[in-house]
Amino acid sequence: MPTLTYLQAISSALRDELRADPRVLLMGEDIGVFGGAFKVTDGFVDEFGTDRVMDTPLAESGIIGTAIGAAVVGMRPVCEMQFSDFISCGFDQLVNVAGKMHYRQGLAVPITVRLPSGGGFSGGPFHSQNPEAWFMHSPGIKVVAPSTAEDAKGLLHAAIRDPNPVCYMEHKHLYRRVKGEVPSGVFETPFTARVARAGADLAVITYGAMVPVALEATEDVDGASIEVLDLRSLVPLDEAAILDSVERCSKVVIVDEANATCAAGAQVAALIAEKGFESLDGPVVRVATPDVPIPFSPPLEAAILPGVERVREACRELLAY
Amino acid sequence: MATHMAEPAAGGADTAVEHLTVEDRVWLLRAMLLMRGLEERAMSLYRQGRVPGSFYDGYGQEAVSAGAAFAMGPEDRLCILHRDLAAHLIRGVTPARILSQYMGRAAGITHGRDGNVHFGDRKLGCVGMVSMLPDMMLVATGMAMAFKLRGEKRCAMTWFGDGSTSRGDFHEAMNWAGVQKLPVIFVLENNQYAYSTPVDKQYAVDPVERAAAYGFVGVTVDGNDAEAMFDAARAARARALSGDGPTLIEAVTMRMHGHAAHDDMKYVPKEQVEEWRKRDPIERQEARLRAVGVDIDGLRASIKAEIDAAAEEALAGPMPDPGTATDGVFCTGEAEPLGDGQAPWSGFN
Repeated sequence: MPTLTYLQAISSALRDELRADPRVLLMGEDIGVFGGAFKVTDGFVDEFGTDRVMDTPLAESGIIGTAIGAAVVGMRPVCEMQFSDFISCGFDQLVNVAGKMHYRQGLAVPITVRLPSGGGFSGGPFHSQNPEAWFMHSPGIKVVAPSTAEDAKGLLHAAIRDPNPVCYMEHKHLYRRVKGEVPSGVFETPFTARVARAGADLAVITYGAMVPVALEATEDVDGASIEVLDLRSLVPLDEAAILDSVERCSKVVIVDEANATCAAGAQVAALIAEKGFESLDGPVVRVATPDVPIPFSPPLEAAILPGVERVREACRELLAY
Repeated sequence: MATHMAEPAAGGADTAVEHLTVEDRVWLLRAMLLMRGLEERAMSLYRQGRVPGSFYDGYGQEAVSAGAAFAMGPEDRLCILHRDLAAHLIRGVTPARILSQYMGRAAGITHGRDGNVHFGDRKLGCVGMVSMLPDMMLVATGMAMAFKLRGEKRCAMTWFGDGSTSRGDFHEAMNWAGVQKLPVIFVLENNQYAYSTPVDKQYAVDPVERAAAYGFVGVTVDGNDAEAMFDAARAARARALSGDGPTLIEAVTMRMHGHAAHDDMKYVPKEQVEEWRKRDPIERQEARLRAVGVDIDGLRASIKAEIDAAAEEALAGPMPDPGTATDGVFCTGEAEPLGDGQAPWSGFN
């Protein structure tokens, strides 16, 4: 089994889908000749040509809107937002046109929107956001967020093959830091949670770039047995897996890199309060970025993004409860 | 107040007759009469409390959708606006389903999921509009992009209003279609008012002139002449299919009713309405056809009977089952692309 970086795994899924299905089409800004801002599609035009690896005008609403049009006449567009932050310029097309289409008209919109997201590299307020909760709140859109190289590939295959609009949150901080064995060829990872490490005393529930943070933070917290649940999919949210972790561990720390209010973790906390209350042996604890824009300067950014120390401290306090 | 009085388009109504049989010309009238009759019936149903929400009609603008849609082939794809009911009728949506749609009944095109003219029958090659205008310009552009990528001889058509020319998606779609030279037809339905805002508060330059700036043809057409609209759309489609790219058709017309049923339109000068009343698109088409011996009274009677039957059928139909309100948010089977529509123009036979 080859070892790939998270970024190579994304490229591999895109390449395999372009080879397997003539309906698949990549659209985005600077993805063609230049190979993408992060080089995810480096060299693709040589194999697939500029029609299928399309350099579009600088128009995010245009990218999403035309992808919807192409999808309803039989294509499988994969849109790249250069940074997930720019989805705000395509928000209306995604939320109002794509998200509501099947409910209103029975018409499927099989588009995938790749959203390079997250902070930790001085990207500042417009290149560091985690906008996944915007789409969790909008009916008709699926949202997935891989944390490993294998899931980066498998979830992207599943997203492209899904008949619905899917926001694929790919965390920039993981692109070259995360590596792992990835099966060759096409395989689909289900939109369900994954136990990253089984445990019995406390469960950390998280997703995306916070999964490796949680694993590192909880390697040894005073010898406690700590579970890490990687949600992988936010819509649909794997309620059974979440409640299962709560039942097994009785104590829960939920970690989001996103701003705290109404984040994915807030929904997980609400679910546990509603359906897992009887299993709890302590308050549900949340670790997230406070509700501020992501600052540019390294000490400011480090002060707000959840890191290993904050997660470990939260676990230690809850274990002592 | 800037009011664009329509000028005959280059290649307007006189040449249209070359491409239209008497049956075709009756079809255009029929579509307009059916649209007006259905909307009048819907308005009375609204006043009886049977149409929830508000009601939006296209009184006086029937020629814009009838003429343009009549030039579209079965495999072409349409994104239709809320004052364009005739386009749905031409594609093959039945009157009973339309009245059911207005009343939020189970038999409506969206089965009660959406209201008024917010629908598109996907099996007839149409995608329903959303309220954020002109979002569908980009969707139509994307359809045209797929047709071009696949080397298919088809085009997409979409309608939008004068207010829509102010929004960013207008620019993004016009630019995208121009850059990629796509087979898409943009029908700008200039009815002088976006809700209460007149066109002189909407733009400084007639938007038809923008087409040239995006690298393609823009034509102004008398939007109250169904045959002129048909001819402009026919020419635009020929351009699209021969690889010559998009066309912007500015259909100059007038919104004769308020924005919706609740709007008394006090902000519109009476003289402006009276002036446009003299240019009613249905009266104009009737006069043409009466002159060639068509039985207009007979046609009107048959349409009235059709609407009566449709209303009876729609009123007898059930409301949607509340238990289905959360169904169908996601597609759980195979994605099924749009189907082909009806295309009654004799040129397709």
